[in-house]
Amino acid sequence: MRHLLDTEDLSRDHAVQILDTAQEMSAVGEREVKKLPALRGRTVVNLFFEDSTRTRISFEAAAKRLSADVINFTAKGSSVSKGESLKDTAQTLEAMSADAVVIRHWASGAPARLANSGWIDAAVINAGDGTHAHPTQALLDAFTMRSHWSKLSGIPSVGADLKGMRIIIAGDVLHSRVARSNVWLLRTLGAHVTLVAPPTLLPVGVEHWPCKVSYDLDATLEAGVDAIMMLRVQAERMKASFFPSTREYARRWGFDDARLATLDRLNLKDTIIMHPGPMNRGLEISSAAADSVRSTVLAQVRNGVSVRMAVLYLLLAGEIRDPQPNSKQNPTAPATAMPAKDNS
Amino acid sequence: MSSARYLIRSASILGGERADILIQGGIITALGEDLGNEVIGDATVIDARTLIALPGMVDLHTHLREPGREDAETVESGTRAAALGGFTAVHAMANSSPVADTAGVVEQVYSLGRESGWVDVRPVGAVTVGLAGKQLAELGAMADSRARVRVFSDDGICVSDPVMMRRALEYVKAFDGVIAQHAQEPRLTEGAQMNEGKVSAVLGLAGWPAVAEESIIARDVLLAQHVDSRLHVCHVSTAGSVEIIRWAKERGINVTAEVTPHHLLLTEELVRSYNPVYKVNPPLRADSDVQALRKALADGTIDIVGTDHAPHPSEAKECEWAAAAMGMTGLETALSVVQETMIETGLMSWADFARVTSTTPAKIGRVVDQGRPLNVGEPANIVLVDPAARRAVDQTLMATKGRNSPFAGMELPGKVVATFFHGHPTVLDGRLNTPRRLQGATQTGGN
Repeated sequence: MRHLLDTEDLSRDHAVQILDTAQEMSAVGEREVKKLPALRGRTVVNLFFEDSTRTRISFEAAAKRLSADVINFTAKGSSVSKGESLKDTAQTLEAMSADAVVIRHWASGAPARLANSGWIDAAVINAGDGTHAHPTQALLDAFTMRSHWSKLSGIPSVGADLKGMRIIIAGDVLHSRVARSNVWLLRTLGAHVTLVAPPTLLPVGVEHWPCKVSYDLDATLEAGVDAIMMLRVQAERMKASFFPSTREYARRWGFDDARLATLDRLNLKDTIIMHPGPMNRGLEISSAAADSVRSTVLAQVRNGVSVRMAVLYLLLAGEIRDPQPNSKQNPTAPATAMPAKDNS
Repeated sequence: MSSARYLIRSASILGGERADILIQGGIITALGEDLGNEVIGDATVIDARTLIALPGMVDLHTHLREPGREDAETVESGTRAAALGGFTAVHAMANSSPVADTAGVVEQVYSLGRESGWVDVRPVGAVTVGLAGKQLAELGAMADSRARVRVFSDDGICVSDPVMMRRALEYVKAFDGVIAQHAQEPRLTEGAQMNEGKVSAVLGLAGWPAVAEESIIARDVLLAQHVDSRLHVCHVSTAGSVEIIRWAKERGINVTAEVTPHHLLLTEELVRSYNPVYKVNPPLRADSDVQALRKALADGTIDIVGTDHAPHPSEAKECEWAAAAMGMTGLETALSVVQETMIETGLMSWADFARVTSTTPAKIGRVVDQGRPLNVGEPANIVLVDPAARRAVDQTLMATKGRNSPFAGMELPGKVVATFFHGHPTVLDGRLNTPRRLQGATQTGGN
C-alpha cells in the first residue's frame, strides 16, 4: 500500500494493522514526552485546498509527534480560480522532496489524480476529497468503536474487528465523505451498518452499498443499536429543498433529547453517540446528547491524532504487512517493535 | 479541379461484391468487374483487393473550435483529422467564439473549410443568440448565406425553454431546416459530473440522471409532432431515450437520432479512475445503456453515428475531475469503434455502416452531394477501409490538436487506407495526401 485514498479497497488485515498501530501510538500521547523519532528527516506536506483547521492540526500534530518536518500549504479556492493547476502544485511539492502529501480537496477524486497521474512520487494521504472519501476519519471512528466494543466484550482490542456491532449513520449521507468511508470500512470490519436519512439526502445507487437504509430513525433505534453516528447537516441544504425546514429536519432525523431518553427506555445503556464534528447543536444533535456520557466526540478527536500517526508511520517508515507477516521486525520502528499490548 | 484519374482496383463495394471504380473529374465514371485498359487509360491504380469501398463518412456533430479556440482545434487541423478518419463532410457545431449565430460567422467557417480542402465543412447555426436561449438567432439569414445552413443547434447547451424550442422547430420549416437538440434538462443537471447511479454514489461525483435527457426528448418529440417539424436528437445516451424515440417513430413523428462512438463502447466504470479523459457530456452510462444503444442503431431507432469530436488542450484535462472540460476526440477513431461495436459483434453489415455514417447523416443535413451511392455519375466521395487491420490507438499520432482520446491504448479493428473527396485523394496509404484545391469560381464543391 503506497497511498491511502479511500477505504473501499482497504483489506481487513490492513485496516486492523492500522488500528493496532494507532493503539500503540495512542500510548505515546499519554507519555510526558509525546514524541517518537520514527520520521525524523522526513517531510510531510499538508496540502489543503479547502479550509479545515481541525483536520489539518490533527495531521500536523501526528506528523510532529513522529518527528517529521511539516509544511502547511494552503491553496484555498479552486486551482482554476487560483491560476495554478493541481499538477503544478504537485510538481512544486515534488521538487521540494516531500515524502508524503496529505491532501484535502473540494473535488472528489483529487487525491487519486495526485497519486495516479505520475506527477509526484510521494505517498498520498486523502484528508477528505469532495463528497467522496475521508479515510482517516473512518479509521478514527472505527478505532473509537473498537475500543468501546472490546471493553464491552472483554476481549483485547489488538487484532480485533467490529464483528456484530450494530451501527447507525444518520444525516446527510448524500454529501458526506465521512459516511462513504465509514460504510466500506465498517463493512470490512464486520459491523452491521444502517444509514438513516431523508430520501433526498441519500444518493441514487445507495441500494448497492453494503448496508441497510432506513428513513425512520425511531424504528431503527428500536431495533437495537451499539453506536450512533450523527452527520453534520448544512443549513444551506434547506435552501436547495433537500428538506422543508431545519425544525422539521431536527424533529425527524436529529438526535434530540427524546431520542436520548429512548436509549435509556430501551435499556441500551452501552450505546455510544458519535459525531465527526463540527456539530450543529440543535439541528442534527441536541446539546444534551452531545454532552452526555454516551458521547465520544472528544475521544474521536483524540484518536484522530493516533490514527493519523499510524497511517503516516506505516506509509513512510513501516511496511503495511501482508496477512502472514514474517517475524523480522524493523529495528528503527519503535512503535511496531513494541510488543503489542492492549491499551484500551 | 484536377482531371487526374484514379482506378480503385477490385474493392469490395459496401463489403459485398468486388468491382473496379474509375474516378475522373470528381465523379465515378465507370464501375464494374475488370475494367479494361481502354477505359482505364493512364489512371493511377490503387490495389484494393483487401479493401472495402464505402461512401465518404459524413459527421453531423463535430467541434472544430474555430473561431475562438484555435489552441484546441482549427478548421485545418480538425478537417485533416476528419479526412484521416474517412470523412468527406463534417458539420461544424456552433459553439465557437464568437458563436456561429450570424450569417457572417457561418460564412467564415464555411470559407475556412473550402480553403482547407480536406472535407466539406457544413456549419451548424446556433438556434439562439449566443446560445443563451433567450432570442432566436437569424436562422433565415444563415440558411440563405453561402454556407446554406440547414442544421441548427445550441449543442453544448439545451434549448430548454419549451416556447423557444417550439418556435425554433416551427421557424426552420420555412427553409427545410432541422433543430438538433442537446437534450439536457438544466436544473436536473446543475453541477453534474457523471452518470447518476451506482458508480456516482460511490465516487461522490454529482449525478447526471438519465431522466434529464429523457424528459427533454419526450417533450421535444411531442413538440415536433404538434408543429409538424423536423427534430434531430444529438448524442442519445440512455436506454430510456431509445424507448421514447422508438415510440415517437412508431407514431410517425419526424425525429432522427444520433449516437456517438464513445457511447457505443465505453461505460461509467471508467470514471472510477477519476481520469478526466472520460469526462464527457452526456456522460458515459451503464453497460445496459450501451447495449440498448447498439441495438437501437442496428434496428434503425437510432439513425446515425455522430462523433461529437470535442478536442481540448491538455491543460483542460490535466486537472481535478470537477475542474476538467467535458468532451473527447472522435474523428480518427469513429470508424474503428463502430466496426468494433457494431460489425465485429454481428449487429450490422458494412452496408448498414454506410447508411448510419454517410447516407442518413447527409440526408438529415441536406448535403446533396454527400452520402450518395457508389454508382456511375455520382460524386466520388469514397473511403477505402482495410477491415482486417488492427491497431493500438495512439493519440499522439493524430492530426487533431486534441490529445483527449478515451480510446488511447486500446486495440481496435479497421484502418482508413484512402479517402477520396470529390475525386481527390485526401488520404492515401493511410496517410494524409494533399487537400483538394479549388480552381475557379464555378467549382462549388459542397454546394
